[in-house]
Amino acid sequence: MNTPKSFQEIILRLQAYWAEHGCAILQPYDMEVGAGTFHPATTLRALGSQPWAVAYVQPSRRPTDGRYGENPNRLQHYYQYQVLIKPSPSNLQDLYLGSLKAIGIDMALHDIRFVEDDWESPTLGAWGLGWEVWCDGMEVSQFTYFQQVGGHDCHPVSGELTYGLERLAMYVLGVDHVMDMPFNDPSAIIPLTYGDIFKQTEEEYARWNFDVANTEVLLRQFEEAEAECKNILAQDHMDPKTGKRIIMVHPAYDQCIKASHIFNLLDARGIISVTERQAYIGRVRTLATKCADAFVQTAAAGAV
Amino acid sequence: MADLLIELFSEEVPADLQAQAAENLKKLITNGMVDAGLTYASAAAFHTPRRLTLAVEGLLDASPTVQEERKGPKVGAPEQAIQGFLRGASVTMADLEVRDDKKGQVYFAKITKPGRAATEIVADTLEFTIRNFPWPKSMRWGSGSLRWVRPLQSILCLLSNETEAQIVPVKVDGISASNVTRGHRFMAPDSFVVNGFDDYETKLKRAKVILRAEERSAAIWQDATNQAFALGHDLVEDPSLLVEVSGLVEWPVVLLGQIDNDFLGLPPEVLKTSMREHQKFFSVSNPKTRRIERFVTVANIETVDQGATILKGNQKVLAARLADAKFFWENDLREAKAGMLKWQISLENVTFHNKLGSQSERIKRIAALARKLAPVVGADADVAEKAAFVAKADLSSEMVYEFPELQGLMGRYYALEAGMGLDIATACEEHYAPLGPSDNVPTAPVSVAVALADKLDMLIGFWTINEKPTGSKDPFALRRAALGVIRLIMENQLTLPLAAILKPADVGAGATDLLRFFQERLKGFLRDQGLRYDVIDACIAMPNNDDLALLAKRAQALQAVLATDDGENLIQGFKRANNILSQAEDKDGVEYSYGPDIKLAESDVELVLFAALEDVDTQIKLAMDVQDFSTAMVAMATLRSPIDAFFDGVKINADSAMIRRNRLNLLSRIRTICLSVADLSKLEG
Repeated sequence: MNTPKSFQEIILRLQAYWAEHGCAILQPYDMEVGAGTFHPATTLRALGSQPWAVAYVQPSRRPTDGRYGENPNRLQHYYQYQVLIKPSPSNLQDLYLGSLKAIGIDMALHDIRFVEDDWESPTLGAWGLGWEVWCDGMEVSQFTYFQQVGGHDCHPVSGELTYGLERLAMYVLGVDHVMDMPFNDPSAIIPLTYGDIFKQTEEEYARWNFDVANTEVLLRQFEEAEAECKNILAQDHMDPKTGKRIIMVHPAYDQCIKASHIFNLLDARGIISVTERQAYIGRVRTLATKCADAFVQTAAAGAV
Repeated sequence: MADLLIELFSEEVPADLQAQAAENLKKLITNGMVDAGLTYASAAAFHTPRRLTLAVEGLLDASPTVQEERKGPKVGAPEQAIQGFLRGASVTMADLEVRDDKKGQVYFAKITKPGRAATEIVADTLEFTIRNFPWPKSMRWGSGSLRWVRPLQSILCLLSNETEAQIVPVKVDGISASNVTRGHRFMAPDSFVVNGFDDYETKLKRAKVILRAEERSAAIWQDATNQAFALGHDLVEDPSLLVEVSGLVEWPVVLLGQIDNDFLGLPPEVLKTSMREHQKFFSVSNPKTRRIERFVTVANIETVDQGATILKGNQKVLAARLADAKFFWENDLREAKAGMLKWQISLENVTFHNKLGSQSERIKRIAALARKLAPVVGADADVAEKAAFVAKADLSSEMVYEFPELQGLMGRYYALEAGMGLDIATACEEHYAPLGPSDNVPTAPVSVAVALADKLDMLIGFWTINEKPTGSKDPFALRRAALGVIRLIMENQLTLPLAAILKPADVGAGATDLLRFFQERLKGFLRDQGLRYDVIDACIAMPNNDDLALLAKRAQALQAVLATDDGENLIQGFKRANNILSQAEDKDGVEYSYGPDIKLAESDVELVLFAALEDVDTQIKLAMDVQDFSTAMVAMATLRSPIDAFFDGVKINADSAMIRRNRLNLLSRIRTICLSVADLSKLEG
């Protein structure tokens, strides 16, 4: 397999590879999230008995990781590639290695390693066992067998693959600084680098995240999202207008995601103490757990 | 006789679980077989990232047939009882024997338990072992319900003798045992058949898998040392990393790389920690510059470019990691230069314990205590106080946030950057010490003051809120803190009466209780140095027992004098005097403490004892004034012969009541003088 020329080619090859291996290729979720795992196609769909196989790119935001676009590989906004297959197939490791090959990593030249990583998301009340996958000492993916989400045992178990796209692409393309990485084909009429697209936005967001974001507003928004999430889930399952049983899990879960992101912004503003931190994480977890409780009662979880 | 080979092949097992798992496999399988009557000659277990292997030699082909007798109901017992017995023993009426018993005629069943073939026993034992394996953390996968540390992919289970090898029929959750395994994930992924352990190990090696962990670690260590040596550099020893790394590879390939010049200015501890924690690299130091300039990484594959691509990749990752560390370091240095005030303030928001307030409040208490302790340890009070204020400032630094194990050490660097004196910087680094029984004890006065204050505040705090260690539970490591205080006092020979300092604990569990806790720890500490428990108890019963160094000194002097002939006999004399006196006091209902009158002395031995007591009393008082316990104890021991002579020469219970009373008063004097040195009544034997 020849080496890809650009960031987008790597994404396209992953899309093609996982499509070929039976995944539905979804589009990114349209909200700010910290990682691809937050996409309801992972968090909620890992629950229940229904088989599932999806892959998608998810833009992710981690305000505290902002470095004004200066650090060679730290960004407050970046892309993850996410694959979730339920039940996890017995050849998932081989499938995964195949995807690395598809993006031009030659297994005979590189050192690929599965290094223990017990994944846990206190915010989502979720945990699983698996590995960080290392390529020549660099973590290129997370590989997790979900055991629990939102406090519920996963049965069957989903296999989750998460690729840090920028880091992986920089490695494949041999680029030292993320901002220098070709986003499209360097021989295109208008070649664009990652920096052309994101250098300025990284600066803008880093300044806003660290120093300007209005913490009073954020604190209020957190409370509002939390209240709305609970309010949605407290509604009668029977919709009085249509007479249908409609549990509004996804709208409620949107509020949970929102609360989680606002918490991350508050964290970046440095106004959350260690003790408060635990309390906030606990509050988001409560929302995630309630959403999971609701989801397992729906048809999508195989409950009806 | 047969040999057994088992291999449990799975997706990558965490490095730190492999050795214990191999040991557990051996234990569970061999115990299970032996319990079923299948004995063996020897067994050995092996582990790689993807396999747990057990090789058993000299296994019986079958368990022996066992004859068993079972006593049944009486002859003539109800039919139901007899039928029940027959069912339970799986025999028929014809198999029963009638015998005479004390209570009459009774049925006996003779049960023959035929031996079972090794294959059967092994199959059962293996299935049970897999289903009940004690993983600290296990998981499910796919749609199955089996739990293993990571998905179990295949089972190899083979019984072999000189002529043939037989697959043991085991099937666990859809995985059937076979005689097939696979080689290295990338270099030799094909499966192959094996016919016994030797064949297995040989073929694995051909398939780029070194089965034995110790062989892998030896190869890594030797190759890494050689490569470093060739450059005139030294590989920095790290045994636990070596174990971990050898659990991450089946075919170790050692690669030596260089650290970019940009990062050589970072503290060596930061380089080492970052490389070890994030990348599992060994550090390589240059003896000429005394810096860490290179690293060793261990790959799991041989490549046509001799690892050049792998090394380049690793170097790049390291550069990114160290760029982060440098970013933290430079930010931290800026903050340090500004005096670390922002760090100190941010500790106000860090809770130490919800009932004991913030880190910042704790630091204020430590500072006040360090100031108070300063004169005792010979430190300047202002310096000690200031050191306490900044000693934990590095907890707010970015570097310590990233690498918590560098706390204290970074404090030292930052205090120096802030322009504080070497004594303060040293205290930042040393005030957590001693952390364990083998950790070094600080001796610099400022360090000692802060180290003591740090631990004492912790103990006082948790006693105040009544959170004492109980049994095996000691979540805040308070025993370690108390032992730390003891070692600081002992090794620096500090005169530090604790009672006044522990007073604040009185609102909770109590200062007296905390002092007792210290004395208990001290007992353990002194016992490790060879002192007897009863000797220590005899000294704890004395005044000033809150001065631990003094207490130890007294105990050491007492144990020394007990080792002498005079000392040992004196104790007997003292006990005799004490017993007679106590009995008389009990009987008479009075205390004989008036002091004896020499005019009533009748014999020479009495006169000699009077004189000796007078003399020794003076000597002891003089010695005790300067806390010279040895001299006092030696003086006390000289009472041995006059006391012995007195008991031999006079009758205490004299006919004359007045003489008797005087002699009892004399015994009382002996007791008083002896007890002024230590509570000898606590001594055993």
